[in-house]
Amino acid sequence: MSEQHTADAQDVLIKYFDGTERLAKVVDREVPYPDGKLIVSRTDPKGIITHANRAFVEMSGYSREELIGTNHCILRHPDMPAVAFKDLWDTVAQGKKWQGYVKNLRKDGAYYWVKATVIPNIRNGQLVGYTSVRRKPSRSKISESEALYATLR
Amino acid sequence: MTLNLSVSPDFPPTHLSGWFIFNTWLQRQLGQGVHLELYDSFEAQREDIRNGKLDLIYANPYDASMLVRELGFKVLVRPRNRADETVIAARAEDAAACVEDLKPGLKVATTADPDVHTMGMIMLESADLDGTNVTFKELDSYVLVAKSLLNGDADVGFFLKAGFEELSELVRKKMKPLVSSQISVVHHTLVAGPRMQEHAAMLTDRLINMEHDPKGQAVLKSMGLDGWDIMEEEETEFMIDLIDTLID
Repeated sequence: MSEQHTADAQDVLIKYFDGTERLAKVVDREVPYPDGKLIVSRTDPKGIITHANRAFVEMSGYSREELIGTNHCILRHPDMPAVAFKDLWDTVAQGKKWQGYVKNLRKDGAYYWVKATVIPNIRNGQLVGYTSVRRKPSRSKISESEALYATLR
Repeated sequence: MTLNLSVSPDFPPTHLSGWFIFNTWLQRQLGQGVHLELYDSFEAQREDIRNGKLDLIYANPYDASMLVRELGFKVLVRPRNRADETVIAARAEDAAACVEDLKPGLKVATTADPDVHTMGMIMLESADLDGTNVTFKELDSYVLVAKSLLNGDADVGFFLKAGFEELSELVRKKMKPLVSSQISVVHHTLVAGPRMQEHAAMLTDRLINMEHDPKGQAVLKSMGLDGWDIMEEEETEFMIDLIDTLID
């Protein structure tokens, strides 16, 4: 990609599975995943963010205050196919662990790839939310995921 | 009835005497006998845990998951400023400058420490390395991991960061960290089993106040700790959830 292309910001309408949509700025610029860090967040059962660690705040580009109380789908990049998130929700709804590669959208429109693991949080037999932990993916897995997701959009 | 105290086998050997001093302090607080049982092997300790032999354990985060969720132990406190972090190091002269420079066929010197090994493997994932394309040499201590690395028997070593930093400067200078984890929220905990529950509230209070008492301060110093912080039940659950996401 050219530098010109990299610098170009586009406004993209992102439609979420619940029928809502938002206009987001998208820039074709990758922010590398920081070595040794885990991005950790928790949500309530509806996907509303209740906890964000420092690495999450730094990589997302949002402040902690902006993240808490917001739906986790604020991170959804338009290149991610809806079917990937359907698989995530279907899996965790069954009480199982979900793992996959995700391209996340930052507040500034740039993106970062993660290997994400999501588990349901069960307390006294009740679902109280979800914990999502993201780690550094390999370049080969990113390439495989890019190719796969392009066929699913 | 004598109660049994134990410590995760990954504690730094330099603080061995500190745990005996803590055991004496503990007996005074409880007014009853406490036996300190130490293990060289994680598996041997886990077997005794499962058999209900231990009552108070300074547990590594991986074992805390089993203790709390399967065996009904309660976390009392955690050590202040002692997060468990992992370092992957290579020899200083190695051509690799970062994890992504490492190749399949890698020889890894590691320990049976489950947290460090798990986190080490996670940090190798970015180089497409996993259990199928690396070989392991499991050793009993971080000193032996360093020795194996420096002898050329291994290409990289997995270290508990605190264990790496306790190596002599001479040894550390012959190695270079390729990556160091920065997780912050995963740490050891002091967990109490069913027979300790009647003492739990009193003991937690005494542990929290150790740092305000000259004798308590001396005991903490001998264990290499700054103090204890209370660990709420939800904080424990959060740490265990996080660890669950890291275990395949």
